[in-house]
Amino acid sequence: MDLIADRGRRVTVEELNTTKLLAHAAEQARDRKFEDVMIVDCDAHHYENENFSEILPFMENDVFRQLTMSGRAKGRHSIVPGQIGYQDMGGRVTRYPLRNSEKTEPGRLRDAQLGERWMDAMGVDYSCLFPTGMLNVGLHPQKEMEVELCWAYNRWLTEVVLPEHHGRFYTQLALPISDPDASLRQVEKFGHCKGVTGFMVTTVRTLPVHDNSLMKVYRAIEERGLSLAFHSGPNWGEPVFKGCNRFLSVHALGFSFYNILHCTNWVINGMGERFPKLPVIWIEAGLAWIPFLMQRLDHEYMMRPSEAPLLKKKPSDYMRDMFYSSQPMEIQDMDALECTFRMINAETQLLYASDYPHWDFDLPSTIWDLPFLSEKAKHNIVGGTAARLFKLEPRNEAQKQNLIKYGNYTAG
Amino acid sequence: MAEQFVGRLSEFEDGARQIVKLGNTEVGIFRHEGEFFAYSNYCLHQGGPACEGLTIARVEEHLREDKTSMGLFFSETEMNFVCPWHGYEYDMKTGECISDRRLKLKRFDVVQKGDDIYVVA
Repeated sequence: MDLIADRGRRVTVEELNTTKLLAHAAEQARDRKFEDVMIVDCDAHHYENENFSEILPFMENDVFRQLTMSGRAKGRHSIVPGQIGYQDMGGRVTRYPLRNSEKTEPGRLRDAQLGERWMDAMGVDYSCLFPTGMLNVGLHPQKEMEVELCWAYNRWLTEVVLPEHHGRFYTQLALPISDPDASLRQVEKFGHCKGVTGFMVTTVRTLPVHDNSLMKVYRAIEERGLSLAFHSGPNWGEPVFKGCNRFLSVHALGFSFYNILHCTNWVINGMGERFPKLPVIWIEAGLAWIPFLMQRLDHEYMMRPSEAPLLKKKPSDYMRDMFYSSQPMEIQDMDALECTFRMINAETQLLYASDYPHWDFDLPSTIWDLPFLSEKAKHNIVGGTAARLFKLEPRNEAQKQNLIKYGNYTAG
Repeated sequence: MAEQFVGRLSEFEDGARQIVKLGNTEVGIFRHEGEFFAYSNYCLHQGGPACEGLTIARVEEHLREDKTSMGLFFSETEMNFVCPWHGYEYDMKTGECISDRRLKLKRFDVVQKGDDIYVVA
């Protein structure tokens, strides 16, 4: 297959083979004996947009189902709001343009096969599977369509995808949070499904997450012993970013921006006091935003406690009660990173995430090789904490012994 | 110094590249504008296959004298190769990471003996 580069010169690149592409990751896993360490990736993705013909039939409403499937059949119409973006960097990140060239075995779900390839290469035992395009579902102008899309995707994921992954993929299902009643219904419908460890709010939206109408949803999740994740993303259409002229700028700011927005509302409105047993996870905004927000909110709170009367401790203390995914980990200044780890109690609150196959993925070695981490912290972050949080079984005896050694074994 | 056979000059077209095993490591050999360049195939970022991605001209932004931008252009002189994992770009002629030139891929010598090309460990 040819990729166009260098003022139009065609560069021949072989078909994509994920195992071959990630051969160096497999070397890293072998060198570090990752087989003995339980590694949980709390944020991985598939391209559900490639499977809409399977997903859309699960829509409940006859009219919406006909409306979307009719359009798909003719190869036109956008179902989920799209984003302007250049994730593939003009083909530099070759797995984007070559994605369709990768061969898989007939008879098995392509997603499952591709997932197992990169997980095996990296030494990942379990991954939390999230959508890609559906991360923009919060921008859909029709609340009803957001509900239908989440319902259909959640049914497809729980009934078709997860059963094919032999238990190695789990998920936190997308909530149509614009409709609290529908969200509650989906928690009740899917909350008990195998592989469902919680629910996920796509944060590319400006809806107030502290609105009274949503309390019943959070309570239902907490009562079931499940978790709540907030997954971020970029949005060039957000008015504040319209002045940015590079995708780099929008991407760098957007992920942090939406998590900062919703985390601020979550903390200042005392959600940690209202739902103390609800594990909350902030996903895919890196880590640098967290110390910033901790300091900023603490500073304001000390002067204006009357505006956050539910709080019994500083905002940063509530933030340290929550969990954070590691990717994309800003690793440019090791002293700053070490300070960040200290500020968020990384040893107990940080969860490794790859974000594979997206362009800025992180390998487990990004955590494992950090010079300032204890052995316990390494084991906890790459998988131990997630094993405890999501009740995941070790896949061999060595992993089990390591989970026991560091206090993370809860299964069995 | 051990030498590893790479290929025949007559079969190594300009713009082509080969990856060879050299002991426990991998080396990428490029032929660019008639010259050979060989670098470690392990990206300085996360260890990706640094020499196995696209070769692409460096992107430049040209300014007018009054500091206004003329926009983006492909360089007429500088060629980069790109790690396919995350897009780290390296200068073809130096192996320097163009985002931070203090970072540099290990370089290997390439020797020609008749029609045979070797990389030197």
